[in-house]
Amino acid sequence: MTAESQIEVLPPWCIKMTLQNILTQLGGGMLKTIILFFSTLIIALPLGLLVSFGRMSKLSIGKHFKPIKLITQIYISVMRGTPLMLQIMVVYFGPYYLFGIKISSAYQIYAAIIAFSINYAAYFAEIYRGGIESIPQGQYEAAKILGFSKSQTFFRIVFPQVMKRILPSITNEVITLVKDTSLAFVIAYAEMFTMAKRIAAKETSMIPFVAAGIFYYVFNLLVAIVMNRIEKKMAYYK
Amino acid sequence: MKMLEMKNIRKSFGDNEVLKNISFDVEKGEVLAIIGPSGSGKSTLLRSITQLETIDSGEIIICGDTLVSSTGYDGKAQYVSKKERAAISRHLGLVFQNFNLFPHFSVMRNITEAQRKVLGRSKEASEEIARKLLKKMGLENKENAYPCELSGGQQQRVSIARALALSPEILLFDEPTSALDPELTGEILKVIRELAEEKMTMIVVTHEMLFAEGVADKVIFMDKGYIIENGTPEEVFKNSENERTKAFLSNYNR
Repeated sequence: MTAESQIEVLPPWCIKMTLQNILTQLGGGMLKTIILFFSTLIIALPLGLLVSFGRMSKLSIGKHFKPIKLITQIYISVMRGTPLMLQIMVVYFGPYYLFGIKISSAYQIYAAIIAFSINYAAYFAEIYRGGIESIPQGQYEAAKILGFSKSQTFFRIVFPQVMKRILPSITNEVITLVKDTSLAFVIAYAEMFTMAKRIAAKETSMIPFVAAGIFYYVFNLLVAIVMNRIEKKMAYYK
Repeated sequence: MKMLEMKNIRKSFGDNEVLKNISFDVEKGEVLAIIGPSGSGKSTLLRSITQLETIDSGEIIICGDTLVSSTGYDGKAQYVSKKERAAISRHLGLVFQNFNLFPHFSVMRNITEAQRKVLGRSKEASEEIARKLLKKMGLENKENAYPCELSGGQQQRVSIARALALSPEILLFDEPTSALDPELTGEILKVIRELAEEKMTMIVVTHEMLFAEGVADKVIFMDKGYIIENGTPEEVFKNSENERTKAFLSNYNR
């Protein structure tokens, strides 16, 4: 039975009840989606910067072997080259299959956050790298002549300019992240999409999916508005 | 008193030797103009003094402090410690061809940031110094502007103020007017002329021959990594016997 035919046969007060019921149940899922979203950003944004430093590392053993650069290159390549859904499953089931550690459902949220963070850090790292490499050499030279230390040069001169340049790419990734959180359903982490699927099956209704769709859309609309604000704030110079 | 001593400087990029046994001195209060065609090594020379490039061999002494020497058996350049290098670079200020102002900082912060973070001056003291310098540069009403809101000539004057704010003993200019149109070039040359009158020690790499002739106390003409001429403007511009110098100067039909 489809949602429309259900709406047709049920009296209006009954739809209201069902809708309210569905939304309450979805509410818990929403909260978990939001937790997953913010936890991922809080970890992946700084982790990505660290990975980008590794990716640009010039530390070499011998003439051509650059171990840190190589390791981060492999890491980024694997993270970008395999499905996120698979990575979530590996992080969740890995401890059991590799070490025989019993998995409790309390581990779901951690597994989801770990998998999302290491995946998004790889993407963020490449965005940071692009931004850092786009800053003209003259900025470093001017900073050096003026006597700034390396960390002062990076955090006061280079990084603020990098942030402005990479903001549109970061916004793209953040919007993708909102939608990607639904992939956590593979380990039955009860985020928004998992809940919508469950309720839809139980109630034989399309409404949970519609509600979920609206939730993701509104969430992303808010993300876009916030990011746009930040972009405008940084538009005081060219 | 010698502010800068350059002795037998050699520098190669791969197989290409760009500085071939360069030696010269700069006295206190002197203005040295370095002229020569593109690729003659003038910019590399300036960048070697400011530690943006390292030399292969030779000796550089800045304000009496040895930056690099080549006294070892292999004749290779031996730089002093990182700490000493940083201290020596405090003697120098550099003005770039492309200004290299920090675009995300206001004019004021461009001038105060290094004073505060490098020299440890207070906000008030550094702003006072910045305002004085901006006034001198004719930019007293621009302290809250951002570099992108200024003309090229104004940006270059801000970058001169930024360099002067750290009270360098030698101010170096790397083609300071090459990115500017002729009208704006004049305002920069005027500033340098004023600094010359105040007996600021300066080294100016330039293509402005009239300026070099009019303002410099000494002129060095470089070509293909060699110093071809080193003398007063009179000697280099009027009385040179060297064919290469004459050919170069004839291109600037004055």
